[in-house]
Amino acid sequence: MVAIDVEGFDHVLRALQARGYSLLGPIYREGAIVIDAIVSVHDLPRGYVDTQAPASYSVTRNDDEALFGFVLGPVSWKKFLYPPRLKLFSMTKSGKGFEVSPNETPEVPKYACIGIRPCELQAIAIQDKIFSDGQYTDPVYSSVRKQLFTVVVQCARPAGNCFCASMNTGPKAYGGYDLALTEILHDDSHYFVVDAGSGAGNELLAEIPHRPATEVDIERANTVTRSAAEQLTKSMETTDLPRILNESFEHPLWDDIARRCLSCANCTLVCPTCFCSTVEDVTDLTGAHAERWRRWDSCFTSDFTRIAGGNIRMSTRTRYRQWLTHKVGYWVDQFGTSGCVGCGRCITWCPVGIDLTVEVRKFRDSHTMQS
Amino acid sequence: MEKENLVDILQQHPFLLGLSDEHMQTLVGCASNVRFNEGAYVIREGELANSFYLIRTGRVALEMDMPGRAGLRIQTTGAGEILGWSWLISPYRWHFNGIAVADTRAIALDGECLRRKCEEDPVFGYDLLKRLAQVMERRLEATRLQLLDLYGTTASGVGA
Amino acid sequence: MRQMSQVARSSAGDPMTPHPVMIRRIIWENDDTFTLTIDPSDEMEGYQFLPGQFNMVYVYGIGEAAISISSNPSRTGTLDHTIHRVGTVTTALAQKKRGDMIGLRGPYGSSWPIDIARGKDVCIVSGGIGLAPLRPVIYTLLAERAAYGRIIVLYGGRSPLDLLYRVELEKWANEHNIEVLVTVDRGDSSWKGHIGVVTALFSYIKLDARATVAYVCGPEIMMKYTLNELDRRGLAPDQVYLSMERNMKCAIGICGHCQFGPTFICKEGPVYPLPRVRALLDRKEL
Repeated sequence: MVAIDVEGFDHVLRALQARGYSLLGPIYREGAIVIDAIVSVHDLPRGYVDTQAPASYSVTRNDDEALFGFVLGPVSWKKFLYPPRLKLFSMTKSGKGFEVSPNETPEVPKYACIGIRPCELQAIAIQDKIFSDGQYTDPVYSSVRKQLFTVVVQCARPAGNCFCASMNTGPKAYGGYDLALTEILHDDSHYFVVDAGSGAGNELLAEIPHRPATEVDIERANTVTRSAAEQLTKSMETTDLPRILNESFEHPLWDDIARRCLSCANCTLVCPTCFCSTVEDVTDLTGAHAERWRRWDSCFTSDFTRIAGGNIRMSTRTRYRQWLTHKVGYWVDQFGTSGCVGCGRCITWCPVGIDLTVEVRKFRDSHTMQS
Repeated sequence: MEKENLVDILQQHPFLLGLSDEHMQTLVGCASNVRFNEGAYVIREGELANSFYLIRTGRVALEMDMPGRAGLRIQTTGAGEILGWSWLISPYRWHFNGIAVADTRAIALDGECLRRKCEEDPVFGYDLLKRLAQVMERRLEATRLQLLDLYGTTASGVGA
Repeated sequence: MRQMSQVARSSAGDPMTPHPVMIRRIIWENDDTFTLTIDPSDEMEGYQFLPGQFNMVYVYGIGEAAISISSNPSRTGTLDHTIHRVGTVTTALAQKKRGDMIGLRGPYGSSWPIDIARGKDVCIVSGGIGLAPLRPVIYTLLAERAAYGRIIVLYGGRSPLDLLYRVELEKWANEHNIEVLVTVDRGDSSWKGHIGVVTALFSYIKLDARATVAYVCGPEIMMKYTLNELDRRGLAPDQVYLSMERNMKCAIGICGHCQFGPTFICKEGPVYPLPRVRALLDRKEL
């Protein structure tokens, strides 16, 4: 473990750029903290703090020096690993038939992700299981992922809807990153305690002006994340959840949720693990040229389950049931872990503030009462 | 045809599986052996329904008369199955044609005879009715499924 | 049972890109169902499939449909796809002519576990286009006839003119080594066969419950009634297999559309052993 100051942190960013990485990090834009290209420390949302509650998100700026005083925003890293719109192939008409256009092979971006929250790191690991660990791999995801340099920032405080601790995903990450930073603001000093989690991380740190982290430094870093854990107000008990939901298939609670849910798909858009997609085949006006695009989809759309004869899930009630049961139930069967990392985004960005921790608790309580 | 021979034949028919010897004796008094060539009308829509057929071999198609159209055939009944229960329900008229689509052999049970025996021996009558109810339920279930026209609008297997 | 055959390596190398292939033959089975034949060796060297698997069939500029492969797996050079014209893509496919080009990728999915039927009777129950993914099974069984006991094919269609593969069905019905019973929902005066639901055909056959494997494919309602019938006749659930259908976009397990409870039909299915899906079948709007 080492300690670096803010200038050192900027040095990290420059060293990454020197290695050919495009930096992605949090920035303030139009009232929210989003993830986009950054170039230096000065692009980071210094002093910004977010306040989150069910159906509520706001950002204020104070005089704080903290670079990472906010928690997370509506954009997750999946936007870059698994782009919202991706061209899969082009075809051109040729004689009586058509030909696949030679792969333009756009250069695979080499990203360094700055400021990944521990829960988000886990979300990436979860998506790895879908896109690069299965029998078929998504070539874009896999190649971007292979080159990804991850810089985690440990959480100093939770946002109002966070429940990472109960999902075992935070507020501290213990491994799986290249670098992990804990931001320390103590009296007048402002620095970072840094842990390298990989060979690439170590190599990079060697170039940065740093000093060894003292016991005091380490204790301060531990206090930061411990304090974050203590401030969590939400939790979700996951024991037996797949079975509980499996046995609640026709539970009246689903009707209760359906009365509120707008089927707006916000939750699936902001969720860092949701992965559903659809394909669109388009041609130009003359038909000489055709393309297939993949874009994000949501199980909340009415046509999601269309087969000849109609849609299998015909109502908001059954589509919400699918989303939640998949996220915390079927996902475990399919990929070995829960699909939920406790980031709370779905609660924040649900226009009617449906809180899955509350709903899950209701299912659990109801289930316990029956047995 | 000798009575003992008829009893042998009746005992082998699935519809009467487990019928007591006593009730078999009650029944056989109404029974006779019949045979229809392919194309023959076993029953005719509108006519007096006075027979209950236990089909041994062959196949009978149920058909509705439709003016201006060749008859629409909606169900077949074959070996080991039965044809007709209108003999039990007033006014005892057939609602369909029944045409043998193959050479068909059956045991015909006289309707009036059977009705009388059911009145005289309600235990026998109830047994017969239970068996008939089972057949009716399956036929109704089948008819409803046919109504759904499952193969018409929905694709099955894997398709889009 | 999960049996995968190799996906042909494509020239494009990408799992979502179809191979352009030429239509060699089109046969119209009935008013709205047709069989497209292509020769995979055009572009997909070494292509092989197992009975029950499907391809994603692509129409230039329009889209793809998941179509079961209905030909004989041991015949190289022909791939049949029996298609029901019911949506945008299948309607576009219905307008294709011999010599036209379509796209293909696959094969995908699980297959009917034929090896477990060795030494046993096989009962194939199908309705409508459900016979298409089962026809490769019939070919495979007949190719090694001595390895299996009785082969019983029960098939239900809408009407005599709607029946698929009529020439073949008649050929098989006349052969002594396979029992074929066909029924239609409605008949006419020229039809001398059975009229009624396919489950009614069970009255005419006796199954040896302890030594029979059943493969079932058709509309979900038809399959459910068939499962009840097989259960009534004493077949253990693990001897029964069925083929499920759901919306498919990618066929490679990453788009999420084909989920049926915890299972992805494109990966673990479409063929399932009954115990895996029995409880799921009863769930409304799963």
